[in-house]
Amino acid sequence: MPPLLQADGITVAFGGRRALDRVSLAAEPGRVTGLIGPNGAGKSTLFDTVSGLRRPQTGRVRLDGRDITREGPARRARRGLSRTFQHLELFGRLSVRDNLLVAAELGPRRRHAARTADEVLDRLGLADTAQAPADALPTGIARLVEVGRALVQSPRVLLLDEPAAGQDAEETERFADLLRSLAAEGTAVVLVEHDMSLVMAVCDDVYVLDLGQVVACGPPAEIQQDETVLAAYLGEP
Amino acid sequence: MDQFLAFTVVGLSTAAIYAVIGSGLVLTHTTAGVFNFAHGAAGMLAAFAYWQLAVGWGWPVPAALAVVLLVLAPAFGLLAERVLMRPVQALGEAERLVMTVALLTGCIALARWVWDPNTPRPLAAFLAGEPALRLGPAVVTWHQAITMATALAIAGGLWFLLHRTRAGTEMRASVDDRALAGLTGADPLRAGRLAWVLGIQLAAVGGILIAPTVALDAQQLSLLIVSAYTAAVFGRLRSLPLTFLGAVVVGLLEAYLAGYLPQNDYLPGLRLAAPALLLLLALLAFPHRRLPGRDRTLVRVPLPGRRGGLVLAGCVLAVALVLVSVLTEDEVISYGTLFPIGVIALSYVPLAGYAGQISLCQLSIAGIGAVVWGHLGAHGALWALPVAVLVAAAVGALVALPALRLSGIYLALGTVAFATVLDRWIFTLPAFHVLGVRISLFDQGSVSVAGPDLFGLRLTSPTDLVLFSAFCLAVTSLGLAALRRGRFGRRLVALRDSEAAYATLGGRLLAAKVAVFALSAGIAGLGGALYGMQLQTVTADQFSLVAGLPVFLIAVVGGLGSVGTGLFTGLAYVVPVQLLDGLGGWAQNLPALLVALAGLGFAHSPAGVIARLRAQWTPLGRDRQLLTALLGVLALCWAVAVLVPAGGRPALAAALVVAMVLRNRAAARAAAPADVPPEWWGVRRPWRPEDGEVLSRATAAAS
Repeated sequence: MPPLLQADGITVAFGGRRALDRVSLAAEPGRVTGLIGPNGAGKSTLFDTVSGLRRPQTGRVRLDGRDITREGPARRARRGLSRTFQHLELFGRLSVRDNLLVAAELGPRRRHAARTADEVLDRLGLADTAQAPADALPTGIARLVEVGRALVQSPRVLLLDEPAAGQDAEETERFADLLRSLAAEGTAVVLVEHDMSLVMAVCDDVYVLDLGQVVACGPPAEIQQDETVLAAYLGEP
Repeated sequence: MDQFLAFTVVGLSTAAIYAVIGSGLVLTHTTAGVFNFAHGAAGMLAAFAYWQLAVGWGWPVPAALAVVLLVLAPAFGLLAERVLMRPVQALGEAERLVMTVALLTGCIALARWVWDPNTPRPLAAFLAGEPALRLGPAVVTWHQAITMATALAIAGGLWFLLHRTRAGTEMRASVDDRALAGLTGADPLRAGRLAWVLGIQLAAVGGILIAPTVALDAQQLSLLIVSAYTAAVFGRLRSLPLTFLGAVVVGLLEAYLAGYLPQNDYLPGLRLAAPALLLLLALLAFPHRRLPGRDRTLVRVPLPGRRGGLVLAGCVLAVALVLVSVLTEDEVISYGTLFPIGVIALSYVPLAGYAGQISLCQLSIAGIGAVVWGHLGAHGALWALPVAVLVAAAVGALVALPALRLSGIYLALGTVAFATVLDRWIFTLPAFHVLGVRISLFDQGSVSVAGPDLFGLRLTSPTDLVLFSAFCLAVTSLGLAALRRGRFGRRLVALRDSEAAYATLGGRLLAAKVAVFALSAGIAGLGGALYGMQLQTVTADQFSLVAGLPVFLIAVVGGLGSVGTGLFTGLAYVVPVQLLDGLGGWAQNLPALLVALAGLGFAHSPAGVIARLRAQWTPLGRDRQLLTALLGVLALCWAVAVLVPAGGRPALAAALVVAMVLRNRAAARAAAPADVPPEWWGVRRPWRPEDGEVLSRATAAAS
């Protein structure tokens, strides 16, 4: 049984520089997969490649065993792949609720778009800000709205790019609970995050990316002890 | 062979002019971040000013040149930078584009106002009396030689400036990130100013050099810029050497087409349209990097309510009823065009207002709607109206295909190229056959347009047609308001804010863009057909690129996101022209100038005038007493205008005055319970945006 999402030997080069060098990653339903690494390691580029905004030079992306490498982002979304962006890509001129509504109307539950949007607003505690214009939100809330926009599509695979940046400790705690409950519902969550305590608390597997290569992967406890990981983050001893 | 050489010399000297103008365009675009649509118009004004000094007032040529190039052109550049561009610097690319379009319109109107277009103004070539130079078998006139030498000197001078001087380094530093350049000790403001001065000077050189070879005509000279645009696009609006190369390609192409294109009815237009076609190709062929930087201030797209839409539709119909009951038949014909123009202006609302795609060819597409209806609906057959709409929509879908690769100014440029191809070639074609179908456009003259036959009711009188157009405008406004509230409207706004997010949510960019272009073109086509009915005969001139710019500008001033912009644009486009008509010839170009000024003032209210009007009039709409009083007064004024001969204008004035007074009264009443103590602000009365500042000032004063 292949994993739900599998990226295999992905290489992406900008000019002569390899942003990703034969990177492989797998995500399973019901598990939170962490993706960590210093800035510039290629985490967001990997998300762009998996979500279809960028074509890899080599390698394959598979969803449910089906090769989707050549498919565009819209088709991948309709297969159940949702993502958020590190640099916010909210629909700034629309209200928070309309942001979710647009996504819901494009998603699998489009017949009940309004109800779906309202449910997710409640779940994320955004009901009070539903009518606020999205470009006027503080960053923490805006990131949550991006998560909500992905959730209304009831994704099978959810790619989250630094969703907790700009949140305080209490909000991060609540966010961790949300991730656990999403995994419990059977979603495959892939999380890019710099907040190590959050990553270590919620992830079942962690991939460490450095200079475009996977330097380690395994359960969080193992990763914390890994020499190469420490070297990547703190420099060679 | 001699002939070939002769064409080559002509081509190269034209190329030199395009290179000079194009490099000015590239300079302002890269350094100041503005693509200046008025660049050619600045050159045109310089040519006129030069004519005035050197020929009109008989100054010696060097003195005239010095004044134009060293005094007038830099002054124009500084003025444009300071007054026009700096206020919109923080706004988006689209807003900056609007300013230069307004400047273009203003320059043309100004030139026509000052220099009567009906007087010919021959301008002699430089050293026209001297015998031509012979370089081997090639003959080069002194003017051509001077032109080419100037271009070479400018190329060298620009290279030296940009690579060997501090000012040039500053200019290059400002290209990518103005704020960052500022941090490293460069002065992006000074660099921007210098770029404007140099850019306009280059445009002036080009304008003066090209004027002797073509007629001194405001519109024609301003639009020569299309060839220079092509050159600049070859340089991807960034590279000066590639711009020069592009200029050579365009210049030679034009010269060889002029020399070798066979003479028949169909091809002369192709020669004129060739630079525009090349521009389209170049836009599509080269990848374009947008200048870095996002829109910092998002202009909101208002969400019209059901009631607001109905009120608007009611206003449209009321205006129509008042017009047909008060005016004479001739006046009805001239005022009546406000409704079709309104429909055409509404075509901008979904496209530019919701989806953020700027198209400058909507009036050209309206022209297609008008001719299709003119030919197919000659006997009023109602089925021809949807056909006209569909044909226009199909053309719109065609325009959408390049739009998938282009955005921002590149898209605007593409639509300018498209409109130019229509103006110079397609609209001038005689009837032709494609696959056995006879296709006829303006038939090299005018097309007469009949009114429709509404199920046995033939609309022929101006009154009928005005009411019909008003009905169409009201329905289109209502339809667009519903669209904005609905799923498609939401999607368009979403698409505008983030294409990446829209695509990764499963949205199809292609489908949405083609749909909105087709929808908007269909609306424009309907407007064109109605416009034709009202005018009774149409010519290609009425649907040209330049004729369309004021409509675009007024729609922008009204607010592209508001459905009220239809009625607003119609009124503002038609009424001042008609009111000023009585003032005699000198006022003829005044409306165009006013439009340009209004466009330039737009920076101060980027959300549009309609949003402001709405805020001002809402209290009156909510105040039943005063509203009843207003309606009563309006009815009275209307009765006076109908019954008393020559009572129209006084009644209008009285109605306006009373309406303003009541509006202020209502605003005062609504604001009356304002003395809520500050601690209850936001509780007993809604929190206002200005409250925060009031409170912080008060606390600062107290401490």
